[in-house]
Amino acid sequence: MTDNVLSSNQRVKLRTDSLNLFYGSFHALGDISMEIYDRSITAIIGPSGCGKSTLLRVFNRMNDLIPGVRVEGEVLLDDFSVYGKNTDVVSLRRKVGMVFQRPNVFPKSIYDNIAIGPRKHGIKRTRQLDEIVEHSLCQVALWGEVKDDLKKSGLELTPGQQQRLCIARAIAVEPDVILMDESCSALDPESTMKIEELMFSLVEKYTIIIVTHNMEQALRVSDMAAFLMIGQDRIGKLVEYGPTIGMFSSPKDKRTEDYITGRFG
Amino acid sequence: MKLTPAQSEKIARTVIWAAALLVIGLLSFIIVYILVKGLPVINVQFLTDNPRSMGRTGGIASSIVGTFMVTVLAIAIVIPFGIGTAFYLAEYTKGNMLTRVIRFSAESLAGIPSIVYGLFGFIFFVIYLKLGWSILSGGLTLAFMILPTVIRTSEEAILAVPLIYREVSFSLSATKWQTISRVVFPSALLGIVNGIILSIGRCVAETAAVMLTAGLALGMPTSIFSPTRTMAVHFYVLAMEGISTENAFGTAALLIVLILLINVVANTLVNRFMAKGR
Repeated sequence: MTDNVLSSNQRVKLRTDSLNLFYGSFHALGDISMEIYDRSITAIIGPSGCGKSTLLRVFNRMNDLIPGVRVEGEVLLDDFSVYGKNTDVVSLRRKVGMVFQRPNVFPKSIYDNIAIGPRKHGIKRTRQLDEIVEHSLCQVALWGEVKDDLKKSGLELTPGQQQRLCIARAIAVEPDVILMDESCSALDPESTMKIEELMFSLVEKYTIIIVTHNMEQALRVSDMAAFLMIGQDRIGKLVEYGPTIGMFSSPKDKRTEDYITGRFG
Repeated sequence: MKLTPAQSEKIARTVIWAAALLVIGLLSFIIVYILVKGLPVINVQFLTDNPRSMGRTGGIASSIVGTFMVTVLAIAIVIPFGIGTAFYLAEYTKGNMLTRVIRFSAESLAGIPSIVYGLFGFIFFVIYLKLGWSILSGGLTLAFMILPTVIRTSEEAILAVPLIYREVSFSLSATKWQTISRVVFPSALLGIVNGIILSIGRCVAETAAVMLTAGLALGMPTSIFSPTRTMAVHFYVLAMEGISTENAFGTAALLIVLILLINVVANTLVNRFMAKGR
């Protein structure tokens, strides 16, 4: 289990520098500069519509799918410029995986759901694929539950199992970073707990960034917390960023305090 | 006189039921009538013999083969172009001038009567390209005729694939082509196949367009350059020229059975294919 305290010399995995994002003429994110530490869990919190998901989707350039998106400023993954001119989005997304809000398994077998990523990268040998499938399912603690039903459709699993299958699918391509966009919000408390436990084991290998509406969850799982809010100018800004425990026990900004104590949002 | 809500409800119910019953009744009457008149004509000889004395006697074997060849050719031509265009419209462009032109053309083409396609095919394929009355000319003409349907049904099927599937695929570091070929296409396949089945039915049943392009020849076709007389054309000629009402009904009954069979077989295939994923 993580102890929610970062050692001071923790390596920076992702860095944004004066990041601005526009949807057409709409200025969605303004001047966001933050550093995300390797093998830690960072929670992005804030009221609805403040740009949490937009910020999360900057890291794997998922916003590219929306027409009219423009990004200014620098985003670095290690020393690799995420929005650089010569950046290959496909190899970026190989390093930065994503788990979405709703469990969205493909209408395929459990096995094929996990194998789809590795197959895209040219892994064809059955033995190698078998290993990847087993390893990925073990990492999400799903192997024991489904090892005899790998040919069964992923849609027959419970929503909680489906979401763990989605996480297994994401880690099957061996990313460095896993983005989780409110990945527990569609699940019951028990499944949520399982996924949170999973985060603690995954963080030993991966850098995890989550977006969550659930303050208790942010406090339970994250090492660092980023509080985003829309300012007077309708632009989403980073109000406060720091170790989660510090932010929740003594928020530096009045707006952070109001939000995390449930006075609005 | 004012109707109470209960009364108007009752009247509406009666009218709607009557309309539905009338339609079902008429449809089944037509089908049953043709089958009753036509099925007794169909026997092994009818299916395996070529027509003799202009179709007065003999069977319709050459017409069955001709219909099959023209339809297969048309479908084979339309599949790459139709589905390719649908993917271009749905996945590769975001509403520019070119897509508007393509959509407008497809919609206009869909509204043109088939005899006009026949005339076009006759002038362009038969005469200008010197393909003559042939299965090739007929297949090409039918391909043009069903192209708009295939494009539209395929595009709808592609657009119906949830956006999240594409997002997940991209998030797994797939390229656009991998996303389309491994995620979007399999999910849209059911709808695409449905559009093609619809088109097969139209090819098999088409008269005007193939009469002008594939011809009226009664002989057994030997290649795609042979002229042929498809079943629908054969049926039309037999009835119009008063050659043999009996054989006309036999051909019509076979057409109906064939189209029913195509639908049943295709649905079963698609369902089995989809069931594998479920």
